[in-house]
Amino acid sequence: MKRLSIVLVAFIGFQSFAFSQDMTALVNKVKAKLDKVNDYVAEGSMKTDVAFIKAPVGRVKVYFKKPNHFKLKRDGGISILPKGGVTVNMSTLVAGNDFVALSSGDAVINGTKVKVVKLIPTTDNSDVVLSTLYIDETNLLILKASTTTKENGSFEIEMSYGKFISYALPDKVIFSFNTKDYKMPKGVALEFEDEEKLTDAEKIKRKKGRVQINYSNYTINKGLDDNVFK
Amino acid sequence: MYKLLQIELYKIFRRPRTYIAFLAITALVGVIQLGLVKNGDDYVNFVMGNVMQSFSFDGKLLNGYLVCYILLQLLLVHVPLLIALVAADMISGEANMGTLRLMLTKPISRTQFLLAKFTASAIYTFMLLVWIAFLALFVSMFLFGVDDMVIQKTNYLVQLPVGDVFWRYVGAFGFALLSMLSVAALGFFLSNFAENSIGPIVATMSVIIFFTILSTMSIPLFQKIQPFLFTTYMVNWKEFFDPKVNADNAVIVGSLQHPDRIIQSALILVLHIVGFVGATMVLFKRKDILS
Repeated sequence: MKRLSIVLVAFIGFQSFAFSQDMTALVNKVKAKLDKVNDYVAEGSMKTDVAFIKAPVGRVKVYFKKPNHFKLKRDGGISILPKGGVTVNMSTLVAGNDFVALSSGDAVINGTKVKVVKLIPTTDNSDVVLSTLYIDETNLLILKASTTTKENGSFEIEMSYGKFISYALPDKVIFSFNTKDYKMPKGVALEFEDEEKLTDAEKIKRKKGRVQINYSNYTINKGLDDNVFK
Repeated sequence: MYKLLQIELYKIFRRPRTYIAFLAITALVGVIQLGLVKNGDDYVNFVMGNVMQSFSFDGKLLNGYLVCYILLQLLLVHVPLLIALVAADMISGEANMGTLRLMLTKPISRTQFLLAKFTASAIYTFMLLVWIAFLALFVSMFLFGVDDMVIQKTNYLVQLPVGDVFWRYVGAFGFALLSMLSVAALGFFLSNFAENSIGPIVATMSVIIFFTILSTMSIPLFQKIQPFLFTTYMVNWKEFFDPKVNADNAVIVGSLQHPDRIIQSALILVLHIVGFVGATMVLFKRKDILS
């Protein structure tokens, strides 16, 4: 009986190791595709959809340089961005080899069959606690990522690809995140009119936010000065 | 009539009291601007602290447009008191000096006499607002530059693109003129009942302070009477800074969330101005000026 148990445990251990190896291989393939891009400058429009923020759609410029330099600038004007989430991109999520990739089954996103992969960082100093990647195995693209961080809560990133699919650079990115309750003391806001009465549904809606970036153009691998990120 | 107006304006601008308001506003705006130049970022971090926990802001939050908004929030509550100094003195001042009877011996109707006086106090009010606009808006734009305007309401945050702000200030100052004219009209009306200036000036200030407190406190009992107080409508210049959003929750440039509120408030204020000035005329025509 004891011998049988040892064999069984060894077998399960081997199976999970083999399975996790498989996912690491897939993640590495995705990473290799992403690694084709050393730097880019992207132009696009950004829309912030948070119930308690009335903001206009604005033109943005996004700068990226390997390994993890990322900057989003509004083309004139002030940009309001959720902390943490927007500055995370796919390259930073799978950067380095300090993670364990475990399979979590299959799923379908927008009609595309994807592999669900859990990424668990192996270092203590990582802000990311857990990432779940939804990978299109055929095209080696990440279609969706859910990330839980220590400092900045949880958020989801959804991506659609088009013209720059060969570089795994998305045409559209949607960041979804949770927001905290927003309420200004009247004395600080110096607002004296009646407050609007919110329904329960509106209160729930207020706790979800989205930032959508539609990229119209990428300039890839043309070199980028580090000063841009300062 | 034009001659009468010239005389009234001469009398207003000859008095040192008239310049107290201009000096007070210059000092107040200057002190606040100095404070914001030195510690403006701390102030913005304090006010926006709640939302800065979840969001990061990239850009010049403390710019001339925001500074002007902060100044107007503070000033437009107190400027009525400065307007009362002049408007509530228009008739009672003449009575006090004994020149009322003398003035009315001239071949002018009492209506013309009153209209000239009220127009003169309206011009004073207009000039005071132009001075506020110059200091609070243009000097702030010069000192702090311009950028998108991010302001906080009680329940939400508004971001207005830099090119969509200036016309809102033109509208807000136009609305503020109506608010201040209704204060001037009230002071003018009360000035009809006294033989010295102190009484109507203090009475006007008291009414404004009392009504403003009732208008601003969110107590159910007060909320029932707030629609009947003209001070409730005086703060609606802020509606110019509340844009409409589309189905995707994006600000529609050049839009207003509640244009109906602005129109309704403006009409109510115009009614008050007409009402106070009209009542003053009716009462003044019957006034015994021989005593």
